[in-house]
Amino acid sequence: MAIISRGFRGRAREGGGKLPPGQYLTDDFPVLSAGPTPRVDTDRWEFTVETESGQAHRWSWAELLALPYETPTVDIHCVTKWSKLGTTWRGVSLDVLLEDVESAADYALVHSYGGYTTNLPLEDLLDGKAWIAYRYEGEEITPAHGGPARLLVPHLYFWKSAKWVRGIRLLDEDWPGFWETAGYHDYGDPWREQRYQDD
Amino acid sequence: MTAPAQDGYQDGNALAGPLGELFAVDLTVAECRCAGCGLAGPVASLRLYGPAPGLVARCPGCEEVVLRLVRGPGSAWLDLRGAVTLRIPLGSEDAF
Ligand SMILES: [Zn+2]
Repeated sequence: MAIISRGFRGRAREGGGKLPPGQYLTDDFPVLSAGPTPRVDTDRWEFTVETESGQAHRWSWAELLALPYETPTVDIHCVTKWSKLGTTWRGVSLDVLLEDVESAADYALVHSYGGYTTNLPLEDLLDGKAWIAYRYEGEEITPAHGGPARLLVPHLYFWKSAKWVRGIRLLDEDWPGFWETAGYHDYGDPWREQRYQDD
Repeated sequence: MTAPAQDGYQDGNALAGPLGELFAVDLTVAECRCAGCGLAGPVASLRLYGPAPGLVARCPGCEEVVLRLVRGPGSAWLDLRGAVTLRIPLGSEDAF
């Protein structure tokens, strides 16, 4: 199967093996929106983690910026089939933010300013796989691209990388988010082409 | 064709094609009542975002989601949780 498709799809070589099935490369950064763009003033911005027992942890903008950051360079894959390789961000790893959070939860529901939500297993936020990103290619992230801060979880389709991120609820049960309740896949692995519910 | 308006939305008239694939009547002329604020108006007056990853129609009064429509390769998903009712104009001879 893998041998056949490798020889079969000329376009797959376009990204040097970095392009998941069904994706094409773009140099643009398309903006997809499901609502008005929230304009969040960093003076009143906050990020919260709420555990399954109701315990809340909060960071102001200044507190977020004071945490150790990383500058991951990652490939991003949108479910609408564009992929963009080698994007560079600055952000705080979720490993840092969740370090002192006591939880036995298996799931996370990410929520955003403007009301957007998306769900993923908590383990997909850990071990260097996810960041709260606040700079993109050396600049502040624009509101259209999810600024002042967005989740960055590049190993899943990009709808999981919630723009305008406001907080994360840790849950014992999986709670499908905005697109996951409207036909999109619960997990969204681009390498397994998990676009829609039964993929 | 409806031209994109400010902040990336179109008016709900652009739902005529996608909903026409699902329903025999033209739902853009149906009057819907927003579950968020109670505002009633034609589906055509909603603010429509998308089309990708899906169509999201929001209330012009409170910006809450009234209708969502995702078209996959073999299925469509329609979410009307944000609408209390749809009043659909029909011929009077069909009244019961
Ligand atoms: Zn409303």
